[in-house]
Amino acid sequence: MIIAQQKPIKDIAAMIADCKKVLLVGCAGCVTVCLSGGEKETEVLASSLRIMRRLQGNPLETVTYTATRQCDPEYIETLENLVKDVDAVVSLACGVGVQYLAERFHDKWVVPAQNTMFVGGSTAHGVWEERCGLCGDCILHRTGGICPIIRCSKSILNGPCGGSQYGKCEISKDVDCAWQLIYDRMKALGKLDKLLEIQPPKDWSKSRDGGPRKAIREDVMIG
Amino acid sequence: MRLQYSPNIRIVEMPCSGTIDHRVLLQAFEDGADGVFVAGCMEGDCHFQKGNYRAKKRVNAVKKLLDEIGMGGERLEMYNLSAAMGPRFAEIANEMTERIRRLGPNPLKKQSAETTEKEGDVA
Amino acid sequence: MKTESKLQKLLDSGHFAVTAEIGPPKHASAHGIRHHAHMLKDYVDATNITDCQTAIVRLSSIASAVHILDCGLEPIVQMTCRDRNRIAIQSDLLGAYSLGVRNLLCLSGDHQKFGNEPSAKNVYDVDSIQLIYLMRRMRDEKMFFSGEPIKEHEPRFFIGAVANPFADPFEFRVARLEKKVEAGAEFIQTQCIFDMERFERFMEMVRERGIHERVHILAGVTPLKSWRAAKYLQTSVSGMIVPDDIVERLKKAEDPKREGIEICIEQIKHIRNIPGVHGVHIMAIAWEEVVPEIVERSGLFPRPKVE
Repeated sequence: MIIAQQKPIKDIAAMIADCKKVLLVGCAGCVTVCLSGGEKETEVLASSLRIMRRLQGNPLETVTYTATRQCDPEYIETLENLVKDVDAVVSLACGVGVQYLAERFHDKWVVPAQNTMFVGGSTAHGVWEERCGLCGDCILHRTGGICPIIRCSKSILNGPCGGSQYGKCEISKDVDCAWQLIYDRMKALGKLDKLLEIQPPKDWSKSRDGGPRKAIREDVMIG
Repeated sequence: MRLQYSPNIRIVEMPCSGTIDHRVLLQAFEDGADGVFVAGCMEGDCHFQKGNYRAKKRVNAVKKLLDEIGMGGERLEMYNLSAAMGPRFAEIANEMTERIRRLGPNPLKKQSAETTEKEGDVA
Repeated sequence: MKTESKLQKLLDSGHFAVTAEIGPPKHASAHGIRHHAHMLKDYVDATNITDCQTAIVRLSSIASAVHILDCGLEPIVQMTCRDRNRIAIQSDLLGAYSLGVRNLLCLSGDHQKFGNEPSAKNVYDVDSIQLIYLMRRMRDEKMFFSGEPIKEHEPRFFIGAVANPFADPFEFRVARLEKKVEAGAEFIQTQCIFDMERFERFMEMVRERGIHERVHILAGVTPLKSWRAAKYLQTSVSGMIVPDDIVERLKKAEDPKREGIEICIEQIKHIRNIPGVHGVHIMAIAWEEVVPEIVERSGLFPRPKVE
């Protein structure tokens, strides 16, 4: 899922400082699961902003709504009536949701309440970790199911570099060396010989370096 | 046992301190409470195993939030005591009342005298 | 593959090579580089020019190399994968060759977190092994990284790589070294060696795989100025092992700098006797002036001449 983390409230407040009434839109997708932008978080943020503004003698009226998803046009359509009479829309979705709202309601001031961080999963209650670099050309079958693109600080394909020691990355003792993990796993699987093959330079055009990407499934297209 | 404690305390009963939610706490302040304390069971004595530990974590998170938004986290506190500790309850009630007196009334009340609050929630 | 590198000629003819390292300054004057080059000229066969080591902005390694050439010393240009994409790397190396650089050391580069621009974006478009392979192919098969042919004047570098016997996983270090050789590395310079026992085990594994017969291995050494320097390397630098007795020896020494030089000389004498080691790489970090004494007293002076 996409992991996002709410911005400091004062930063969000600053974006809507000149608004009297705002719509806060939560998202029931990834950000609900990572507990940063679901229904509850949306209400907590609304309440916090209201208190803050009342304390400043400039009360803020809030409307809250949590969309099933903000990354599909049909779920945003239902917001039309709520958007009409607000001065701004605060999205608690990932960056995709913010953009979908801005595209749909192009004359409305739409602002992000979150910092979209990464694609990952939870490793313990309340702890999420990055797992996928979204490179567009998966190589996990060559690296024992451990992604060096995102889990190695240098995204090295023929690791580990000389900074790997005691299983940790040179950048921090709290960061596992992805290549140590890959080595251990490949060794356990009896596939160390695979690590001796020189991995060629990656085709980054399939990643973000090739511009915004598109996936098309003609068989499910309508019309 | 008839114990005296500050008459300004209003008790909101909940099945377990573990059901405390950020929203409930914030709402109390929005509705004008000068301070809130959450009374959970003694640590280790939760009927639902960890309800009071969870409550404590949430209370701490909301304290931080209150600091962030200018309300002040000191207005909120978590206490642990059992149902059999009447005198301790009275003591906490008085202690909290003292603390809040020192902090003064909920600053929102000054504002709400001037403006009326609108309920905005639709979801 | 023969190149115009003097270092290669020396190594190929079986001489025990001596290389040193010059760290370019954090300013725009080459005065210090030239001073060090003149000082080292007769004592080492070639000198590495670091490429913004520990991710600190410094005078460019290729520009430094030109100053060093001008002083009559052969440079080994270090090229890290941290700061340049494949377009910049190729362009800079074509330029370096045109300026007379003949030795190239390919490495990943320290993470920018450690430098004075920690918020920089790193590149790592290619990694060190890919860079070795691509530069070897550029020379031997006359093509750019993309595969497009180079019609004429392909750069013909003597290609080197680094190896760190003190990083983990230890058993895989030798395999990865072999991978670098497979990719095209012709000489190897190791991380500074303090743990001689571990280095000997490493070399044993190197010999078992016959790697020492396919590549020239230069063992890295670093004279230490104080026990604090030793302690720092021991505790704060990832991929480094400094045994306690070295720290203790420096701590007890009346003149720690002298002691540091002594230790380094002992290490070189020891390393010379390890089968499969073809040279020594002296990294006197910000202490270049001690190199001549170390070379001389290690019995490595005068340096052999090649045509």
